[in-house]
Amino acid sequence: MTTAEIVDMITVVIDGFEVSVPKGTLVIRAAEQLGIQIPRFCDHPLLDPVGACRQCLVDIEINGRAFPKPQASCTIPVEPGMIVKTQLTSAVADKAQKGVMELLLINHPLDCPVCDKGGECPLQNQALSSGHSESRFQGVKRTFEKPINISSQVLLDRERCVLCARCTRFSEQIASDPFITLNERGALQQVGIYEKQPFTSYFSGNVVQICPVGALTGASYRFRARPFDLVSTPSACEHCASGCDMRTDVRRGKTLRRLAGEDASVNEEWNCDKGRWAFKYVTAVDRLAHPQVRNSDGELVQASWPEALAAAAAGLKASHAAVLVGGRATHEDAYGYSKFARVALSTNDIDFRSRISSDEEREFLAARVVGSKTTYLDIDRADHVVLVGFEPEEESPIVFLRLNKQFRKRALKVTSIGSKLSIGVEKLKGEFVKVAPGQEANAVAGLPLTAKSVILVGERASESAGVLTAVAALADSTSAKIAWIPRRAGERGALEAGAIGNLLPGGRPVADASARVDIAALWGAPSLPAAVGRTNDEIYSAVNSGDIGALLVGGVDPLDGINGAAALAALDKAFVVSLEIAPSEVTQRADVILPVAAITEKSGSFLNWEGRARSFDAAVDDSLNRSDLRILSMIAEEMGTSLNLGTVTAAAKEIASLGTWDGARATLKSTSASKAATLKENEFILTSWRRLLDLGTLQKGEENLAGTARQTVAVISPQRAATLSVVDGDRLKISTSIGSVTLSALVEDIHDDAIWAPRNSRGSQLLVNLGAAHGAVVTVVKI
Amino acid sequence: MSKLTPILSAHWDEKDSFTIEAYTRNGGYKASQKALAMDPDAVIQLVKDSGLRGRGGAGFPTGMKWGFIPQGDNKDHYLVVNADESEPGTCKDMPLLMANPHVLIEGCIIACHAIRAKNGFIYIRGEVTHIVRRLNQAIEDAYKAGHLGNGIDLVLHVGAGAYICGEETALLDSLEGFRGQPRLRPPFPAIAGLYARPTVVNNVESISAVPAIINNGADWYQSMGTEKSKGATLYSLSGHVNNPGQFEAPLGITLREILELAGGIRTGHTLKFWTPGGSSTPIFTQDHLDTPLDYEGVAAAGSMLGTKALQIFDETTCIVRAVLRWTEFYKHESCGKCTPCREGTWWLVQILRDLEAGKGNEADLAKLLDLCDNILGRSFCALGDGATSPITSSIKYFRDEYIAHITQGGCPFDPVASTLFVGAGA
Repeated sequence: MTTAEIVDMITVVIDGFEVSVPKGTLVIRAAEQLGIQIPRFCDHPLLDPVGACRQCLVDIEINGRAFPKPQASCTIPVEPGMIVKTQLTSAVADKAQKGVMELLLINHPLDCPVCDKGGECPLQNQALSSGHSESRFQGVKRTFEKPINISSQVLLDRERCVLCARCTRFSEQIASDPFITLNERGALQQVGIYEKQPFTSYFSGNVVQICPVGALTGASYRFRARPFDLVSTPSACEHCASGCDMRTDVRRGKTLRRLAGEDASVNEEWNCDKGRWAFKYVTAVDRLAHPQVRNSDGELVQASWPEALAAAAAGLKASHAAVLVGGRATHEDAYGYSKFARVALSTNDIDFRSRISSDEEREFLAARVVGSKTTYLDIDRADHVVLVGFEPEEESPIVFLRLNKQFRKRALKVTSIGSKLSIGVEKLKGEFVKVAPGQEANAVAGLPLTAKSVILVGERASESAGVLTAVAALADSTSAKIAWIPRRAGERGALEAGAIGNLLPGGRPVADASARVDIAALWGAPSLPAAVGRTNDEIYSAVNSGDIGALLVGGVDPLDGINGAAALAALDKAFVVSLEIAPSEVTQRADVILPVAAITEKSGSFLNWEGRARSFDAAVDDSLNRSDLRILSMIAEEMGTSLNLGTVTAAAKEIASLGTWDGARATLKSTSASKAATLKENEFILTSWRRLLDLGTLQKGEENLAGTARQTVAVISPQRAATLSVVDGDRLKISTSIGSVTLSALVEDIHDDAIWAPRNSRGSQLLVNLGAAHGAVVTVVKI
Repeated sequence: MSKLTPILSAHWDEKDSFTIEAYTRNGGYKASQKALAMDPDAVIQLVKDSGLRGRGGAGFPTGMKWGFIPQGDNKDHYLVVNADESEPGTCKDMPLLMANPHVLIEGCIIACHAIRAKNGFIYIRGEVTHIVRRLNQAIEDAYKAGHLGNGIDLVLHVGAGAYICGEETALLDSLEGFRGQPRLRPPFPAIAGLYARPTVVNNVESISAVPAIINNGADWYQSMGTEKSKGATLYSLSGHVNNPGQFEAPLGITLREILELAGGIRTGHTLKFWTPGGSSTPIFTQDHLDTPLDYEGVAAAGSMLGTKALQIFDETTCIVRAVLRWTEFYKHESCGKCTPCREGTWWLVQILRDLEAGKGNEADLAKLLDLCDNILGRSFCALGDGATSPITSSIKYFRDEYIAHITQGGCPFDPVASTLFVGAGA
């Protein structure tokens, strides 16, 4: 909030103390300002007031006129001349609260000793603070069959429920997924799901977290631990670029659960189910524990650290080497890779974009994104948000929640440019500009934006030529803000750290001699390589053509690119040093494998899409695993150079000392859109995106989570469906020269030329199966 | 001269009273013609001047309610008629709709005109299918006759049989297709009611009273009733009386007078207790026979006029049993939204069952009263408050009878003696 916003303040007296709060503040929150805690259950600061539990009753008078009965302080905004008496000063309020507490407990089971919530339960806590010590209830308690699944990952114990409606209100008001509701009436009222619509919300875990009793529990955590046995560490989410604040709860070295942390400016109090529940990959049985070196027989064998480091150093020194670092590296790790490439390998051949990417994108990132400062606040204040190559609900869920909040609050206008109308955009009642895959650029040009508008560009914008050029032109002509929102948590940090061939750390263009001198001075290096480095695809080709002999690879899946075969061939051919947490296509082909720490085992930070640092400490403090940064330092030492980055703290300090680049920014060459293809009757242009819940490697080992993934379908338009006599549920075989996938058809709102399928879901791994993801012509046959 | 003032019920004894022909024959649809020619504000003023107050129980001045609708706001306005008559003992709207549905339709036309609404909705309880049929026919006939459809439309919506939907905001939720549960107020319906538009919600009888006021003027209506409770109303008498039914009389009449009209208490018996306005209003006894049955008179005696549902119980009735039955009703009908009503009624029933079965003790009476204190005024809406009325008032007047259940280890009454079939043989 800027100081320019004038806020009407209202002064009220609560329990004899004056407090001034902004107009519209609820009494219960005004009391909090004074440190007066009024007990409550249904009240939640981010949900609309409901006044259902009646626990927060207080006595109120306004200008001498007293309400005849106690009022729910969670529903009444402060007014001038208001005098509030809480349980602390009013016998009536105190008795009312104790009475409500007694009533809440009559039907609540006394199973706290086996309840997940026991020890961190608002009902338990407030029963102690605001209840009678003994119950007068001698009757029969209401019982239900327990528990029932409301989804594969959320369980409901109905007899524990106090019917506060937090979960149903969250689902409706925050996630816009009203798949749970209150059913029945009276004491038999209960949370229920719809018969035909499963509770497949990407945000369902939040209802477990905000349940004020143990009625909603997570299937993966149920009966696993007592809260008081857990050690909690503030952390950040590694699953996407939203930048959620998190809490990681560990018992005896093992992560048992993760919760959404509170950060009003980013994720408020929410997170998505992937962030909450996808952490088992860290403790998977196949985690790499020891270094391995390929011996003279070509077999990978376990090796000591000195042995492995020596082998890695020798191999990287032997020929020209390049660096491939995945988008999951922390800011500090990415900085380590960036510096390693320049200092130890004397090359700018480094690219963090282990996915489909383009030269246009690399220029766009250097010209428009690095160092930019568009934030969530800009979304809050936007008059119009445009989505380009970006599905917020699937690719950055907290951005979706923020858009949804503004949509619900003030009908924020959202325009989505794409080929298929998504569930998320439908929920935002967004304007859907339907174009054939590959033709997005033309739709971007000429959008009526203002300086208050925000263009959210996803990483998939790079998949169609000319889109980023058009976005830049649109921003220039309208003064609208641009935000680039990649899927992966580390990409923005890697960009700022210069883990890309055309930029040095801090947004300094490689091509700029003074930028190179700047960084060389900081690093104490005589000079830095001047040639702009190769991109991902160029690095693989250079290996295959013999120009590059060695690769340093960290956290990369070579099959995330469009040409997986070339990538695998390159990995087969080159000397590969792999820094990984688990066996992969890279480690299989590596000459040296160095196991690294997973997110919970190290400290560091991510830069979210805003460029905001999300730092975290190691949640598991006795891990033997080292961060990528530490290992890179050791390899460098072994190679005879020094990174001077012994610790994450040292790296963070060095990053902070970089300062901002005030020289000229790189410019963006104009790229024009490709021509629309002409299609035969059974030809379509493929389009796809990754769903939030899919076959991503970080979701490994969490079946309950996978159970709520959206269905794998191939989507075509009603018109094409009619031509091909296809109805929902028919099997469609989609083929390219590489291979085919066969999926169940769904006829929906999509461009007539396009067919959509999930990019990496069960039965539909397009990059591997088809060697295509967006813009390619595919053949479709009904079988 | 009879104390009765038949206005709404004037022609109930005619065989075809419910038809549009009979209604028109008896002067119907003249008031709407007259009102439609008037300035809407003048109609509101006339209703205000008449002193008509809400007949659904709360007694809020009808004209004032209409006046709350913001004018010139370029929004749709709605009229909603509450025909979800479900209070135990209350039986005035259903007979009225059975015998004279057109008076409501005409009232709706006038009210819609006054509040500048193009659409009216009648929300009727689901169980009364025969009345739904009759009202549907009447609406159809009114359309055919051109009274409806010329700028004012009327929709009959059948509820699913929930007492809570008589609460006006729960009714609106139900009408919108949601579960019927009361809404948080403010905003009040006059600002954001049905579909978040300015809405007037009135009882059947209130709207039905309007045509006569338009025809005869405010002064005529003012001439009936008492100082602050003007006009005439339907009193519905049921229970242990010789001649139960609806009695339309000026406000302020006493039960003694109505009983005279109804042939008195069941022959050979004496009045024990009665409700002035349905089961949600604290009970009265013989001592209240001369209490004027108007809003102020009943309130002064410690109860509420409510729906003027006079349920009469003679000395054969066990108070504990009667109160338990009512409480079971509230438990069954509690919507579940708020804790005091949902959990409280669940608990009240268990204590009362024990008391009736002679398994209680004196501490239970204290517990019962304390529990009522924790429900009354702590609930989200008036349903919870109403649930406590029979309990607290009955313990006030008949504490000894509760104690008798405890000391005798059971009910001292023969339940058959209170039935209508007593003495009829097996």
